[in-house]
Amino acid sequence: MSTNTTGGTSTVSAGGLPSRRNTELALLAFAVVIPVFAYANVGLAKNGSLPAGMVGYGLGLGLLAAVAHLLVRKFAPYADPLILPICTLLNGLGLVLIWRLDQEPRVEPLNAAPGQLMWSAVGVALFLAVLVFLKDHRILQRYTYISMAAAIVLLALPMFFPAVNGAKIWVTIPGVGSLQPGEFAKIIITVFFAGYLMVKRDALALASRRFLGIYLPRGRDLGPILAIWALSLLILVFETDLGTSLLFFGMFVVMLYVATERTSWILFGLLLSAAGAVFVASFNSHVASRVHNWLNPLETVNGNVTETAQVMYAFGSGGLFGSGLGEGYSRFIGGIAVKSDYILATVGEELGLTGMMAILLLYGLLIERGIRTALAARDPFGKLLAVGLSGAFAIQVFVVAGGVTALIPLTGMTMPFLAQGGSSVIANWALFAILLRISDTARRPAPAPAPSPDVEMTQVVRP
Amino acid sequence: MNKPLRRIAVFCGILIMALLVRVNWVQFVQADELQSDDRNRRVAVERYAHPRGDIIVEGKAVTGSTETDGSDYQYKRTHKNGPVWAPVTGRASQAFGTSMLEGVYDEFLTGTDDRLFFNRTIDMLTGKPMEGGNVVTTLNAEAQRAAFEGLGDKKGAVAAIDPQTGAILALASTPSYDPSAIAGNSKEDEKKWVALNDDPDKPMLNRALRETYPPGSTFKVVTAAAALESGRYDIDKPSGIEDPYQLPQSTDTLSNYGSPPCDDATLKVALQYSCNATFAGISHELGNEKMIEVAEKFGYNTEHFVPIRSAESVYPEDNQPQNAQAGIGQASNRATPLQMAMVTAAIANDGKLMKPYMVDRLEGPRSVVEQTEPEELGQPLSATNAGKLQDMMENVVENGTGTNGRLDGVTVGGKTGTAQRGVDNSESPYAWFISYAMTDGGSPVAVAVVVEDSNAQRDEISGGGLAAPIAKDVMRAVLDGRS
Repeated sequence: MSTNTTGGTSTVSAGGLPSRRNTELALLAFAVVIPVFAYANVGLAKNGSLPAGMVGYGLGLGLLAAVAHLLVRKFAPYADPLILPICTLLNGLGLVLIWRLDQEPRVEPLNAAPGQLMWSAVGVALFLAVLVFLKDHRILQRYTYISMAAAIVLLALPMFFPAVNGAKIWVTIPGVGSLQPGEFAKIIITVFFAGYLMVKRDALALASRRFLGIYLPRGRDLGPILAIWALSLLILVFETDLGTSLLFFGMFVVMLYVATERTSWILFGLLLSAAGAVFVASFNSHVASRVHNWLNPLETVNGNVTETAQVMYAFGSGGLFGSGLGEGYSRFIGGIAVKSDYILATVGEELGLTGMMAILLLYGLLIERGIRTALAARDPFGKLLAVGLSGAFAIQVFVVAGGVTALIPLTGMTMPFLAQGGSSVIANWALFAILLRISDTARRPAPAPAPSPDVEMTQVVRP
Repeated sequence: MNKPLRRIAVFCGILIMALLVRVNWVQFVQADELQSDDRNRRVAVERYAHPRGDIIVEGKAVTGSTETDGSDYQYKRTHKNGPVWAPVTGRASQAFGTSMLEGVYDEFLTGTDDRLFFNRTIDMLTGKPMEGGNVVTTLNAEAQRAAFEGLGDKKGAVAAIDPQTGAILALASTPSYDPSAIAGNSKEDEKKWVALNDDPDKPMLNRALRETYPPGSTFKVVTAAAALESGRYDIDKPSGIEDPYQLPQSTDTLSNYGSPPCDDATLKVALQYSCNATFAGISHELGNEKMIEVAEKFGYNTEHFVPIRSAESVYPEDNQPQNAQAGIGQASNRATPLQMAMVTAAIANDGKLMKPYMVDRLEGPRSVVEQTEPEELGQPLSATNAGKLQDMMENVVENGTGTNGRLDGVTVGGKTGTAQRGVDNSESPYAWFISYAMTDGGSPVAVAVVVEDSNAQRDEISGGGLAAPIAKDVMRAVLDGRS
């Protein structure tokens, strides 16, 4: 396989790129200072005084960022300089938003910010552990099939636990808490897809028949795509988790397309997901009701305003500039998801359209940095892994933000970094650790010219 | 692999762009609609975030605002002498909406009215909280109190008008309620609200404006006006109508209890003794169409907005015996107390009917925003005939059934009424009294009083006995206030 013919055109220069670590440090300073100001803002708005925990919070966030930065400097010196600051900023703002909602006496779960802070620290710890111990992302390639098994186990686990709020996506361990294995499965299954597609991509790409101007895959190559389709449908049916199945299927189609460079796969993917969506929407009442709410967002049920409507009112009331942090009424949304699924409504109401656009652009930037990492990566496994992780992140952002703003039907997923929820924040830190690792490898100065052609041959990456 | 990667990058960009377009749509294009949606609780929060403007009577506010705690709604309505003023102010409840003046001028009192736009802009620029405007009424505090206290624990209503301008001076309705008690949104308020709604006596019904009663003998002044206007009858000319009067197309006859001198009576005598025969006969002779025409000139068959909506009083199209009965305020003839006050006022104002109103002006935080000017509704009868009718009504008070309405040193004209209820008068009747006081400078007050029923004995229920003293006190209060 001639790897470097496609990967090494413009994005890799042999001369050694600047490491950009100082850029990262400067941006990190903003990423810490902005949430601290936001924190002060909430305190002033709610109680008229600076919050007591402000110094501690600022120091804590600063410390996490500093440690992360130092370790990145040491272990991934050429990593992308934007990813860590943006993750820190989003995580910090998320903590402020959750703390702000903690100030409302009746928004469940009560007092969620300290827990979220702890999970964020665990997330950063995992992020650092990945950077320190995963010296090269290609090591993950060895675990392709183990990853598949692990992912299936993780995805299947929630079926054996009781449903929470209509969706079986939780594993509840009494006394410890609950976990959303889907968030971790997202990463692990990307590893599997990347490894699998790297091996099979030639077969998938080349052995096809031309029909009506498009290349149709062979029947036997349709096997895996159909298997994934069936799996996502199963998740949907048994766990009533619309978001996760959309996420996996979408991610698989994206990676398949990148691996094979065949547009026909996208066509198949769209057809299959449309068929699946229609099938499930007509047979599953949970999904059907979500679709109904989406089509009638302001409808009242028995004279009561629905959560969906409350979310729309929150966004609308925010207007252009928002009410200011701590001065909105997103608690009217009620229910148990104000701090998690609906956290964007608080952003929309209190920071306004301006704040929403800023947050969405931060996510957009993060996604594009991920895809840029894929472009820069020198090995196909790294490319596939990076685009898979970025694509999954993009789909998740779109599905959550689109669901909350009623662009698409609402699904039970959380906004990465912003929303309250331990599994999500930990998994996303790990996700970006892997991306940083790939980008470090990609931007690292090319190895010194090999002394002899024989030696160079051995450097070509093979699966 | 880079070509598909770039396409994926574009695709992800499109996803983010779609989100950006969507939030712009929701938070910019749809924002106004969502912000002002009635079901958006923030609308109510904003509405109660500052003290509401007040309703003013004679320079003093009869309403107020108080700060609450433990609620999203910061300020709540309070009332001074709530039950006295409830038919005027109505309620402004956080949970149960608004009514009466609070309802009509809701936006003005809240401060969101377009007429306050300039003030709002200045408040916004200077950083002051939004301020509501005040509604200044025409009511007379003493007259209102006299009316309310006169009705006491009886069910009934009083409407008093300044005949020369149409300004409403008193508007009482009993049993009443205290709007303060249902102004909040607590459990306590809700209990009270449910109790008020379940009360068979309907305390929240504004009987002066929204309830119609058979006007009984008080309607005879309208029939008398029609008779005078027709030219076929006159104050001292024998009517040529026999007593007892045989109803057209019927074997039933009409007469009066105690056989007063009603046979072939003049209009003056007929009104003095409230002769059923004479006025039923006149109504029949003039015909249904003519009677409707005159009644409508006095304000019948249409809703009035004072600016609170008042129910339509009805003089219906009907057959001959029913029309004869309607001419003495029975059958399907129904009138609101306000309507009968308007009839009295028109007669007292030399035949000119003024449009009734109860809001003198709307005051913004910085200036008067709207001033009501008296307006003429029409001339139901000529000044000459009005003068004759005044003679007749003053005679009723001097020598007839309305002697309880007399006031020392002031000329009073009036008419009693006792409207029958139920089949064969089986329920206790409505006691009516309409009257006006006359001074050298014209008439300052016209009153209509109705008392629905009471625990008193049937034969004691007559307009003169129950209703006239209340009318007298209201007129006295207005006259005392002028001197």
